[in-house]
Amino acid sequence: MATKTESLTKETLLDWYRELVLVRKFEDQCHHQYFEEKDPARKITGVYLHLASGSEATHVGAVKALGKDDHVITAYRDHGIAIARGTDPKRVMAEMFGKRTGTSGGKGGSMHLADRSVNFWGGYAIVGGHIPLGVGIALKEKYTKTKNAVLCFIGDGALNNGYFHEAANMAQIWRLPIVFLVENNFVGMGTRIEESSGQTQPTKRAIGYGMKEGPSIDGQNILEVYNTVKAELDWARENGPVLMEAKTYRFEGHGVSDKLYDSRDDLKAELSVWEKRDPINVLRAHLESSFKNLDKDLAKIDAETTQAVQEALDFAIASPAPDYNDLISHVYVGM
Amino acid sequence: MSKNLSMRDALRSALHEEMLRDDRVFIMGEEVGRWNGTHKVTRGFFDEFGPERVRDTPISEMAIGGVAVGAAMAGLRPVAEMMTINFALLAFDAIINHAAKIHYMFNGQFTVPLVIRAATGWGNQATATHSHTPEPIWAHFPGLIVGCPSNAYDAKGMLKAAIRDDNPVLFTEVIALYPKPSQIPDDEYIIPIGKSDVKRQGDDVTLVAYGRGVEWALEAANILAKEDIQAEVIDVRWLRPLDMSAVLESFKKTNRCVIVEESLPMYSFGSEIAAQLQEAAFDYMDAPIKRVTAMDVPLPFAREIELMALPNASKVVKAVKEVL
Ligand SMILES: Cc1ncc(C[n+]2csc(CCOP(=O)(O)OP(=O)(O)O)c2C)c(N)n1
Repeated sequence: MATKTESLTKETLLDWYRELVLVRKFEDQCHHQYFEEKDPARKITGVYLHLASGSEATHVGAVKALGKDDHVITAYRDHGIAIARGTDPKRVMAEMFGKRTGTSGGKGGSMHLADRSVNFWGGYAIVGGHIPLGVGIALKEKYTKTKNAVLCFIGDGALNNGYFHEAANMAQIWRLPIVFLVENNFVGMGTRIEESSGQTQPTKRAIGYGMKEGPSIDGQNILEVYNTVKAELDWARENGPVLMEAKTYRFEGHGVSDKLYDSRDDLKAELSVWEKRDPINVLRAHLESSFKNLDKDLAKIDAETTQAVQEALDFAIASPAPDYNDLISHVYVGM
Repeated sequence: MSKNLSMRDALRSALHEEMLRDDRVFIMGEEVGRWNGTHKVTRGFFDEFGPERVRDTPISEMAIGGVAVGAAMAGLRPVAEMMTINFALLAFDAIINHAAKIHYMFNGQFTVPLVIRAATGWGNQATATHSHTPEPIWAHFPGLIVGCPSNAYDAKGMLKAAIRDDNPVLFTEVIALYPKPSQIPDDEYIIPIGKSDVKRQGDDVTLVAYGRGVEWALEAANILAKEDIQAEVIDVRWLRPLDMSAVLESFKKTNRCVIVEESLPMYSFGSEIAAQLQEAAFDYMDAPIKRVTAMDVPLPFAREIELMALPNASKVVKAVKEVL
């Protein structure tokens, strides 16, 4: 990697490790509450739940590269991004259950998490829809002459949506401070990148916009994600947009309705290759090779994250559902 | 002879028959091929017809709409699938400014024999961005045909009519109705565009609906029948062209009308039917015309308040009692 790498302390790396494990356990719990739970009061319901297991290093690493006043926006695979940005997992879990205490008051659901207080501008469920919003947020920062930047996650499938084309070009002509981070898991719902994209190397598309072609990185390695995203954000603050890519994978399929892993041997085989590059294990191996006597730290993280997820679950289940007043509130400002 | 088929399979058999009948008919859309269709309406088609006639597209609604319009103008008969009507909003311009206007604007030189299929409907906590039932806004525009079947039998006959018609058709399919079966004759049948249908006869009140609304209206009619109130249920089937003949005939008999729809109340299907009724049959009106619609809010995730916002049979029963 050409980018300057920050020397990271053991504490920082353990903190990231905690975050990766927390996000994984959080999503595993969601999976459990959706599929296994029998008690209706403890069940996550609805037709959508898009887990990001396997992509945690991309999500957490990129978000950690943001400064406090920077911004992040994404699509519907948003749980880990919210947690990494500092939103209380209790409120994230409450939203998964449609509770009043959730990040969106129970009105948005898992695809529409947002937390204004930490500049997490939301998950958006219309593919591509959030990309111009991210550009608009970057416009505000340039307009008001700050040096804050925007991190905009984009699925590889979303690159083919008209929103991307128009937003990317506009970001470039106005030299807006935004990093478009393509989370390349090589597939949309079921359509593979080779079947959906004429240009299968996402960063190459930057050339067509006169934009900086950013790096293409290993999204399973949180150190690489953090260091590159940080460098590109800094570049974007001064110069304008960048299109970069993190190669990653989603272990649980597209969403809860995706059964392809059950039926397709080729996908099962691909999955098992990627599972060997589980981002948690990648960081763990790095930790173990860099520091000695981590057992106590890792055990502590294991216990703490289990407890945090349990607390989030208890909080969500104990929280009240929204009521009629919630149903009719916030349709308009001040009405 | 007939078979019991779900609406999903009835639609599938309509598409299948039309694909076999006319090789200009082809399918394009997101996940229609290798994934077998998001709603499995095109299950098996990719293997049977191959990638030329069952074309997986990128997530590019604007291009799905626009390319299908061009292919239709040039002589093919595309059946473009918008995974759901929510995403058809990204293709609004291609469908409205292009598909619906080209025949008129160029004085008849081009035709656009295009069907856009889209799954529609609210509920199941799909949330605000994924919970639209916006047929009425599409039906606002002349040049476009808009149909939405309420059951498997109608679905098959209507889709075949849509594919054979030389006009652009937006054909929406209510997700909640996909699994529901009807008896489907083995012999071919077509349900003509712009023809409504009386789904239940009654003398006391006229219920006008389409799509899922028909189900609620029929359920309400059964509840009301226990109290000796006989509702006539009319399924308009096509929002445009709108066939008011059965509605008017019924209204002249019952003098009361409740309109049932899954969509939103403002500038709606219900508004249109009510306006036409008062213009054409003012002297027959014995009570205000009522509308049962979704509440005027974006649809929330939480189940409790989502259900509050949606219409249902008991809301229809209540409305009927208000006009009797
Ligand atoms: C405009 C629009 N079209 C279609 C969909 C349905 N859909 C939801 S996610 C998805 C695939 C997106 O793939 P990608 O951008 O690669 O993200 P990933 O799910 O792989 O993270 C599709 C087609 C949608 N939500 N919005």
